[in-house]
Amino acid sequence: MSTIRELLDELQRVSGNPRAQLDAALEQGKKAVGVLPYFCPEELVYAAGMRPFGLWGAEMQANESKRYYPAFICSLLHTALELGLRGALNGLSAIMVPICCDSLKGFGANWKYGVGETIPVIDVAWAENRKIAAGAEFTRSQFRKVLGRLEEIAGRRVSDADITAAVAVYNENRKALRAFSAAAAKHPETVSPADRCAAIKAGYFMDRAEHTKKIASLTEALNALPEQPWKGLRVVTTGILADSPALLQILADNHIAIAGDQIAQESAFFRTETPVTADPVLGMAQRLGLVEGCSVLFDPGKQRGRELVQMAKDAKADGILWVMTKFCDPEEYDYVPVKRMADAAGIPLLAVEVDQQMVNYEQARSAVEAFAEVLRSD
Amino acid sequence: MTESEEKKPAKIVLRELQDRIAQDAWDAKRRGEKVGWCASNFPQEITTAMGIPVVYPENMGAAVGAKGGGQRMCEHAEGMGYSNDLCSYSRINFAYTDLKRCEELEIPFPDFLLCCNNICNCMIKWYENLALALDVPLILIDIPHLDAVTCDADRVKYIRAQFDDCIAQLEAITGKKMDYDRLKEVMDVSQRSSRAWLRAVGYMSAEPSPFSGFDIFNNMAVACVGRGTVEAAEAFEQLADEYEALAKDGKSTFKGEEKYRILFEGIACWSNLKFTYKTLQSRGINLTASIYGPAFSFLYGSLDELMAAYSYVPNSNCFERELQLRVDDAIRNKVDGAIFHMNRSCKHWSGNLYEMERQFREKTGVPTVAFDGDQSDPRCFSEAQYETRIDALVELMEENKRKEGGA
Repeated sequence: MSTIRELLDELQRVSGNPRAQLDAALEQGKKAVGVLPYFCPEELVYAAGMRPFGLWGAEMQANESKRYYPAFICSLLHTALELGLRGALNGLSAIMVPICCDSLKGFGANWKYGVGETIPVIDVAWAENRKIAAGAEFTRSQFRKVLGRLEEIAGRRVSDADITAAVAVYNENRKALRAFSAAAAKHPETVSPADRCAAIKAGYFMDRAEHTKKIASLTEALNALPEQPWKGLRVVTTGILADSPALLQILADNHIAIAGDQIAQESAFFRTETPVTADPVLGMAQRLGLVEGCSVLFDPGKQRGRELVQMAKDAKADGILWVMTKFCDPEEYDYVPVKRMADAAGIPLLAVEVDQQMVNYEQARSAVEAFAEVLRSD
Repeated sequence: MTESEEKKPAKIVLRELQDRIAQDAWDAKRRGEKVGWCASNFPQEITTAMGIPVVYPENMGAAVGAKGGGQRMCEHAEGMGYSNDLCSYSRINFAYTDLKRCEELEIPFPDFLLCCNNICNCMIKWYENLALALDVPLILIDIPHLDAVTCDADRVKYIRAQFDDCIAQLEAITGKKMDYDRLKEVMDVSQRSSRAWLRAVGYMSAEPSPFSGFDIFNNMAVACVGRGTVEAAEAFEQLADEYEALAKDGKSTFKGEEKYRILFEGIACWSNLKFTYKTLQSRGINLTASIYGPAFSFLYGSLDELMAAYSYVPNSNCFERELQLRVDDAIRNKVDGAIFHMNRSCKHWSGNLYEMERQFREKTGVPTVAFDGDQSDPRCFSEAQYETRIDALVELMEENKRKEGGA
């Protein structure tokens, strides 16, 4: 059995080099489909025998993408487009692009005319009115349409049994990640913020079933460890992405552990399982009505804020760290009311703006250090 | 005095109608009726047919910008914690919600909110925050961005279900019942308004255009808020008649010689409207094509077609349809060039603007320039940059004219 460190290092290598995973899948004769955030039906890719490949941008300078997007679009989309324009995603058979924020609505055309038809775009629409039956039905219809495109690419028919099996794989993975997140929170001395992030993120590039095995082994090993007293701080994170190596290192340097997260790339994926339904695609659509705590979802009561406060209380966190993706409208709108909710609950909240094109994190370091001092003095 | 002498010009009628619609909302509020805040491309047929007064925060944002209050209000919202990256209309509205006053323009506070995201998804986040801050119910009609040239049956079914649900919710909130015969009447009147609006803006194809294209920015407010009323339909028909008469006589309300005809892409810079207009007008440039022409025409024959029509508003279409709308408008209206506004407020509109400009230029063969600006935050606009870009466009258009003339 691998040691905890070996497993964590392996998952760090996967999340640090997604291209190697893509190449390995292609060498095995698998087709791969790029999956942009948020909430694309990647289970359908899996059901079609292909590899869903997460597109979460990259830490890099975007240049070519600025021929398509103005500078004031988030770096997640800039760098995802940049990778495509540079040929770094060659080998993908298609990409899935949702339309759930204004910047994403422009992505498909920019990709189509920039990268070209060699990697076609599959548009993914889902209902913002996600809690009503008509919304779930609309999402189901659109996911079925996506399935048709995926069947063409895969060159095979995908049965409901295939989809049900894929949903089961994903639900198992979600269950495993929830257990891992809890175990990692108990062992911050062993699982650093960077380790935790990498372990979760690796799932976007690996075979999900393989990822589940690794995560389950890791969790089992962590749960076997005796609990150690943690003298540092514990925070709950919220935002779109919290995978910046520089920021995660700043947290580690300040002895700040992640007690839980409400990050789109992290627990938004695994907090909610897909209901098992006779039509498995309807269950996938219904899941969208159950997920909370993500700014791209219609959230008239700002359940996100209530969930975040509850999460921080349950985790006995010292504070909340909002990892603010620069130029992300949904996040910037949510910030004001959610911050007020945290204030009302007496939970300190720090927002740190991040951008995958940033090279200097000293401002973030100063802010985190000051925040840590305040939390320690409380 | 003859009848024609007594008749007010259509632009005055439209301005008075806009003022009256705003006053009606205040009067209704004072009577204790429920008043709503409404997104500009929300299906107005519902509220008009039910006799429910609504006002439009986007129009307020534009008006406050035009009257010089944009920066002050935006800065207040930034003090509340809102990023200056966000839509300036929404920042102005958040500031108003917080301050409860605005010296440039005030609108009655809402008892409910009607949101529709066919124009952009930031509307959803904006209205979520309003609902929380004002503690009022929020009704969303989600109109998903089109992924094809036409709106599919699944979208129509989904929008229709929300349309019906919205009526039920409004009945519960306001106590007013929907009369479906009245809805049919409003749909008919809206068609009449839309056809008249299209006829009016259609005269931009005349040479010279019978009007200054910036007039569209002034007239579209009624096209947005009042097209379901007989008064609006009549005013637009009068406007079209006036333009027809001017076109027939080769006359125009544009001041000076119309040397160049351009397409203006994007929302006006309300805070810099005078400067942007004067810079063009002083160089003999008239705006003869704008997406605002077709933007506020909603043509349909049935309720299901109405659902699809609200999917075809600018920015809700797939890229290819958006491009074709502009290219057709430019060719029909014989433009010599085009100006693309990179609007800092609008990530949706700006996200494909570079590609739109490239393909537009390729398909129409006319020169284009782009400038940076904002719909209501003057801090994003530079007079010097704008002038330089317009001068460059004039040089290119002049060169083309010289070549065409064989000089």
